[in-house]
Amino acid sequence: MDMDTSNYSRRNLWSGILFGLGMVAFIDETIFHQLLHWHHFYDKSTTSVGLVSDGLFHAFSWFATIGGLFLFADLRRRKSLVWKRWIGGIYLGAGVFQLYDGIIQHKIMRIHQIRYVDNVIIYDVIWNMIAAGMIVVGVILTIKTNNRQRSKEVAS
Amino acid sequence: MSLLTHIHHQAEIGGWTSQLLVVPFLLALLLYITGVKLSNGKYTKWPLKRTLLFTSGIIFAVIALAGPIAERAHVDFSYHMYAHLLLGMLAPLLLALSAPMTLLMRALSVNASRKLTRILKSKPISVVTDPAVATVLNIGGLWVLYTTALYEAMHQHVGLYLFVHFHVFLAGYLFTISMIYVDPTAHRRSYLYRTIVFILALAGHGILSKFIYSMPPKGVPVEQAESGAMVMYYGGDVIDGIILVILCYQWYKTTRPRALSEVALKG
Repeated sequence: MDMDTSNYSRRNLWSGILFGLGMVAFIDETIFHQLLHWHHFYDKSTTSVGLVSDGLFHAFSWFATIGGLFLFADLRRRKSLVWKRWIGGIYLGAGVFQLYDGIIQHKIMRIHQIRYVDNVIIYDVIWNMIAAGMIVVGVILTIKTNNRQRSKEVAS
Repeated sequence: MSLLTHIHHQAEIGGWTSQLLVVPFLLALLLYITGVKLSNGKYTKWPLKRTLLFTSGIIFAVIALAGPIAERAHVDFSYHMYAHLLLGMLAPLLLALSAPMTLLMRALSVNASRKLTRILKSKPISVVTDPAVATVLNIGGLWVLYTTALYEAMHQHVGLYLFVHFHVFLAGYLFTISMIYVDPTAHRRSYLYRTIVFILALAGHGILSKFIYSMPPKGVPVEQAESGAMVMYYGGDVIDGIILVILCYQWYKTTRPRALSEVALKG
């Protein structure tokens, strides 16, 4: 029984992380690329490594969105969904994706910039601060649900 | 090459070649319907849903090969990409979902279907239905087509044109059945392996689209390459998304928890 609980506890977190990552990728694609046209489809300053990394990440996030939701459905049918932990996972996945996107993909690999304006640094700072904020919330929720899980096990 | 012969070849490829490519697809449809008749005589009724899936798959393949979209595809790269999506992705998916091998097994005599099963279990079939091999044939083939002189050459040589189009369709079909199992499959691969290879294939497709955007294939104007690349990128995402949902759903179904009573006994 112990192993089952810890397995599902991990599954709650992973389902959230995958879905959070996929969700941010989706928002990025629809809002910043398609609607606002802040991001470019491909701005031709990208290195070939950047192009490969971008492609892999895009493919993985497509899988993460769909796979994360199926994991969520799996937790529900096993009656093992811990909402708080799942949402914590979403914050973690979303935050880590955005921070990676903001620092590695935008700044180091130069896949594209957030927006093509002067003082893009302001956008970069806000982008990465939001990412860091989401990670902090995610970590807090994860730790909190860790404790709750443990105290529950002790009680039973 | 003079302009005149160029136009002559273009006309040739647009005309009878397309009609030639359509023939096997129409034959396949005829065969499928005959199969349904034979199967219904022997077993329970073949689901209408599957016949409709097969028919729509054939229709999309035919739209890609003959008719207005196909005609424009010879001169406009973004239309070429629409045709490519229909022939290499959507048609194979619909045909795979219609379970043609299951129908064939039912329609054939017991002896014949045993022989067919033996062939399907053979080593060569095991190799080509491996997701990694199918991906190389499918995505690798596209890389060769769009990053070498092949794309331009294809529009000048009828033989190449026929070969490339059959390859695009067959590789697309092989790729689809290597990822999602609708027909009984002799050489099953784990869900994890299939998922990982699928993500790599999806990445390969996406990277190629952006590569086409930056480096148009020989003979393709920049604006057409850019819009075609975007058709390939987003269209590919849509159809690959459908395949991913089916793959995850099958995975979800196989990992369903045992009946509650069993769990209670174990606990």
